[in-house]
Amino acid sequence: MIEGILIGLKTALTFQNLLMVMIGCFFGTIIGMLPGLGPMTAIALMIPITYGFDPATGLILMAGVYYGAVFGGSTSSILLNAPGVPGTVATSFDGYPMAQQGKAGKALAIAAYSSFAGGTLAAIYLLFLAPSLSKVSLSFRSPDYFALMILGLTAIAAFSSKGQFLKAMMMVILGLMLASVGQDSLSDITRFTFNTMNLTDGISFVLIVMATFAMSEALTIILKRNDPTQAAKQVSLTELGSIKLNKEERNKMLKTIPRSSVIGFLIGVLPGAGATIASFLAYGMERNFVSDEEKQKFGKGSVHGLAAPETANNAACSGAFVPLLTLGIPGSGTTAVMLGALLGFGIQPGPRLYITNPEIFWSVIMSMYIGMVILLILNLPLIPYIARILAVPKNYLIPLILFFSITGIYVMSFNNFDIFLMIGIAVIATFLRLYDFPMPPLILAFVLGGLMEENLRRSLLISDGSFNFLWDRPLTAVILGFTIVIVSWQIYKSFKKN
Amino acid sequence: MNINTTKIISLLFFTFSVFYLYTAYNIRVFSFDENAPFNARTFPIYLGYAGMFFSGLKIILPELNTIKVDHKNLEYKKTAILVLIAIIYGATILKVGYFLTTSLFLASSYYFLGERRWLLIFLLSFPFVAAFMYLLHGVLDIYLRDPFLKLIGVMG
Repeated sequence: MIEGILIGLKTALTFQNLLMVMIGCFFGTIIGMLPGLGPMTAIALMIPITYGFDPATGLILMAGVYYGAVFGGSTSSILLNAPGVPGTVATSFDGYPMAQQGKAGKALAIAAYSSFAGGTLAAIYLLFLAPSLSKVSLSFRSPDYFALMILGLTAIAAFSSKGQFLKAMMMVILGLMLASVGQDSLSDITRFTFNTMNLTDGISFVLIVMATFAMSEALTIILKRNDPTQAAKQVSLTELGSIKLNKEERNKMLKTIPRSSVIGFLIGVLPGAGATIASFLAYGMERNFVSDEEKQKFGKGSVHGLAAPETANNAACSGAFVPLLTLGIPGSGTTAVMLGALLGFGIQPGPRLYITNPEIFWSVIMSMYIGMVILLILNLPLIPYIARILAVPKNYLIPLILFFSITGIYVMSFNNFDIFLMIGIAVIATFLRLYDFPMPPLILAFVLGGLMEENLRRSLLISDGSFNFLWDRPLTAVILGFTIVIVSWQIYKSFKKN
Repeated sequence: MNINTTKIISLLFFTFSVFYLYTAYNIRVFSFDENAPFNARTFPIYLGYAGMFFSGLKIILPELNTIKVDHKNLEYKKTAILVLIAIIYGATILKVGYFLTTSLFLASSYYFLGERRWLLIFLLSFPFVAAFMYLLHGVLDIYLRDPFLKLIGVMG
C-alpha cells in the first residue's frame, strides 16, 4: 500500500495534475454555486476537455470538479436558500437562518471547514478500505455483477426521487433502452438503428449527459424564469460578516465532524445513495446526539445543524468512489458520469484497476487530499468574491452552457445528426423534468446498460439458459434479496399512500 | 381514474415500450444464434417487457401527489426561440465553420434572452469564441473544422 501511496503522490503532485485539481475545484465551485447546476453538469461540461489529457489527469480534474461543485452548492444554499445541488439542501436548514442573522461569513466558514474535514477523513477511510474491498471483489462472478447492477439501479431509483419510484424505474428502463441502440457487442448485429449509419456506433455517452443535464438544465432555467416559486430571498452578497469562529463554535464542530464523516462515507459507499441522503441522515442523527438546548436551535442557525450535512455530503462524495474504483459500478449519478468518461479513455474500473493502472487508482485517492486542501485555501479567503458570481445574469449563463454543450458534441463527432439528437433529447428531458421524472437513474442505467447485458449474457450461457444463476451462489442471492426488499418496500409504500 | 399529464407521459412510455418490444422481436440474428440461450434480441426483449410493466403500473395506480405545473408562468416562447437558434447553429456549424456560427449563436442568444448592451454582446461572443478556439485548437490541439476561417486565410 505504501508503494501505491507513493505512486499516487508522485502522479498527483506533478505540476499539471496540481493545476488540474485547482482548475477543477475552482470551476466546480462556480458551477455548483449556481442554483440548478450541479456536479453532474459540471463534470459533463468537462468531459470533452479531459479527453485532451491522460486518464489519470482527466480523472483528477473531474474529481476536483466534483468536490468543488458540492462545496459550491453549499454557498448558494447559505446565501440564497437555493441549493445548487440536492446534496446541500440540508445545509440551507441552518445555513440560511445564520446568514439572515448577519453571520453569512461564519456560516460559509463552517461549511468550508466541515467540507474539508469530511472530505479528508473520508479520503483516509477510502485509503484503507479500497484495496481490501478490491481483493474481496475479485471473487465476484458474472451473476454477482449482474445482481449488483440491478441492486444499484433499483437503489438509485428508490433514493433519487422521493415517492416517485415508478417514475425513476421508467427512467432506468429508458436509459437501458438508449444504451441498447447500435451494434451488439458480441455479434456486431445492429439494433434500433433504423438503417441510419449515424446510430451504428450507438448513442454517445457524452451526448446523453450533455442533453439530460447541461442542456436540459439550461432550458429548464429559462422555462421557469418567471416562476414565483423560484424567486429566492436575497441575503446581502457584499456584507457577509466575519469568517472567524469562536472557541465554542469550534468545539461544537469538533464533536459533529467525526460522527457525520462516518455516516456520510458509509452512505456514499452504498449504491444509489450518495450525498443527498447522507446529508439528511447526518442532519437527523446529529439532532439526536446533541443536548435538548441545542436541539431547539436546529433550523434556526445551529452550528451542529450546519456542520453535520456539510461534513456528510463531502464524505459521501469520497465514499461514492469505493464502488466505482473497486467494483467498477458507480454508486451515484456523478460517479456514473465518471465511469462513462473512464470507459471513453479505454479503462475499465474494477477490482483489477489498482493492479493494472495503479497510478490512476492511487493518484485519484491522493488527489482527494490535495483537492480538499486546495478547496479550503481557495474558498475561504475568496468567499466574499466568489459569492458575487451568484449575481451573474442568466442572459449570459444560459447561452454559455448551451455553447459548451454543443461544442462538446461537435468536437467529438463533427456530425450534425449528433447535435440534433442532443437537442431533441434535451427538449424531452426538460419536459420530463417539469413532471419530476429524475434524470440520474437514466444516466446510471445508460452507463451500466452494456455491462449489464454482458454479465447477463455470460450468466445465461454458463447456466445454459436457466435463470438458476440468480440463486445458485449465496452472494448473488443475498444481493438480489436486498433488491427485492427495496422494490417491495417502495411498492408497499405506494399502496399504503393510496 | 384521474387523468393527468404524468399518466399521459406514462401512457406514451407504455406505447414506446410496445414499439421497442416489437422492434426487438424483429432484430435479425444469425441463424445459428436463433435458439441460443442469449442472442442480440434477448436483453432488449426483457427491457421492452420491463418498460411496459413499470409504465403500466404508473398508469393503473392512483396518484395522490399530482404534480401541478403552472403553465402561465413558464417561458415557452423564449425557450422555443433558444431551441430554434440551437437547431440553426447545429445545421450550419459544419458548412459555415465554428467561429462564425458559434459567435452568432451566442450573440443572438444573449439578444433574445433580453440583453441589449451591444458592447457586452459583442465581447462575450466574437472575442470570447476566438479565445476559446485558441484554447482548443492552439493549446489542447483539438481539431476544429472551420471553412470560413480557411476561406479568409486565418486558419490553415
